Amino acid sequence: MSDTLRKILAPTIFIVGILALWEWAVWYNQLPDYRMASPSDLIPRYIRFWDLFLIKSWETLWRTVAGLGLAVVFGTLIGMIMGFSRFAREGLYPILVGFNAIPKATVVPIVALMFVGQHDFNTVLIAFLISFFPIAVSVSIGLSTLEPEYRDILRSLGASNFTIFWKIALPKTLPEFFGALKVAVTLAFIGTNLMEIVSPHGRGLGDLFDSGRISADYPLMFAVLFALAALGILLFYAIVFLERIFAGWAERSPG
Amino acid sequence: MASSPYMIELREVTHAYRTKAGPLPVLDSLSIKIPENSFAAVVGPSGCGKSTLTRLVSGLMKPNEGQVWLHSQLVTSPRPTVGMAFQNPVLLEWRTILQNVLLPMEIVRSPMSRAEAEARARHLLELVGLKGFEDKRPSELSGGMRQRASLCRSIIHKPDVLILDEPFGALDAFTREDLWCTMHDLREEEPFTCLLITHDLRESVFLADQVIVLSGRPAHAQYVLEVDLPGKRSLDDLYSPRAVEMLAILRHQIQVAQGRATDADAPLDGHPAAEAHA
Repeated sequence: MSDTLRKILAPTIFIVGILALWEWAVWYNQLPDYRMASPSDLIPRYIRFWDLFLIKSWETLWRTVAGLGLAVVFGTLIGMIMGFSRFAREGLYPILVGFNAIPKATVVPIVALMFVGQHDFNTVLIAFLISFFPIAVSVSIGLSTLEPEYRDILRSLGASNFTIFWKIALPKTLPEFFGALKVAVTLAFIGTNLMEIVSPHGRGLGDLFDSGRISADYPLMFAVLFALAALGILLFYAIVFLERIFAGWAERSPG
Repeated sequence: MASSPYMIELREVTHAYRTKAGPLPVLDSLSIKIPENSFAAVVGPSGCGKSTLTRLVSGLMKPNEGQVWLHSQLVTSPRPTVGMAFQNPVLLEWRTILQNVLLPMEIVRSPMSRAEAEARARHLLELVGLKGFEDKRPSELSGGMRQRASLCRSIIHKPDVLILDEPFGALDAFTREDLWCTMHDLREEEPFTCLLITHDLRESVFLADQVIVLSGRPAHAQYVLEVDLPGKRSLDDLYSPRAVEMLAILRHQIQVAQGRATDADAPLDGHPAAEAHA
């Protein structure tokens, strides 16, 4: 079996198998719709609400990406400050750890009160708050563990600190940065949905999920879960794609 | 404060590191003189401050006392006329070998055009036996090949001083001897003044015009050996009676530096540093 064929065939077989098992389990146990939906129940929901799915997915998607974008800018900045200054690192680290320890579900109502009515802003803010930590930590570690020789080859020629950062420190940190970005994108996605569900305001897939819950439309809730999964996969592989372009050199060819 | 007639000169350099347990003196009135286009090797016991020496000469660090002169100018900060190579070849993984060699050209101002610099880089790579590897990534090369590329990078901008901090230390014996010969080829192609830090006495005798033995910490120049192997050196010369004799002297001096022998049981020949620099 060729490599490509296996890469396509293996996941397909497993997905179809799991769906079939699920369908059978619901049928065998004679579970009604309001207790457990089966895969065949989902298709009518997608057909009926396809326009809603598209609109809500877009709302969730752009707000997640905006939050992640902020997290990249802010996280990289904090990471740079912590990476270059030991004083800043020792001062900021406990604060960051403490902030990261707060369950973000508790922050949602506070943010909703502080910026009442600013739904898009609030959602982007939560996506950002939940996802910048791993980026800041990875950038600061990448910079602070730069071997002194790397600095010295440029410094001995009289290069400025900015040149050293731009030519060496930044590209050398990219693999760690993308590793953190993969974690951050999932977190940002969770943050967006948290806001949409905990503080309902009629936008995003979280709202569609909430509609399903209120109208006791169990299959719709499941359909939203699958849409969320699809969106999450899309976001994750978008990051993987960027990683291949910008940090592909870090991937060693086998053997 | 007269300027220096030498390419590299250290005058009474004293340096100490600040540590929690108080100052740790590493160099104690160390004086070294290296004429233009000559090759000096510095040997000494472990931890005697050899790497500190490279950081002082390259201007990455300033000594507490004393002066460092390069090309009759007092060194106070890093200078683009210096080339450096370390035990770790520190090639940038995201660049090809050619781009790695060209790195210094992006920092220093040079009369060479981009095309000239690239032609020079290709020529140097060919000279060290890396023709055909220009577009490979560092991870595709062996340790010895990476070190060759690192040497090319250290001289691409035609520095007048080359500082080598144990560049061959991590290589296997055969690769190391290969690279020694490469160093002679490079010097024949274009002369430069070189300061080599090494642990390998055979390497110092094979490559250098003078071998400086540092004492234990805090280090001063304990002994200077003028290497008088005639003509273009080959590896066979290392087994000549004269070379064996010089190696014996150096080995003895290292033992003195380590405090395991005294000057009383010295092999003949050579001259103590104090006399040499009088």
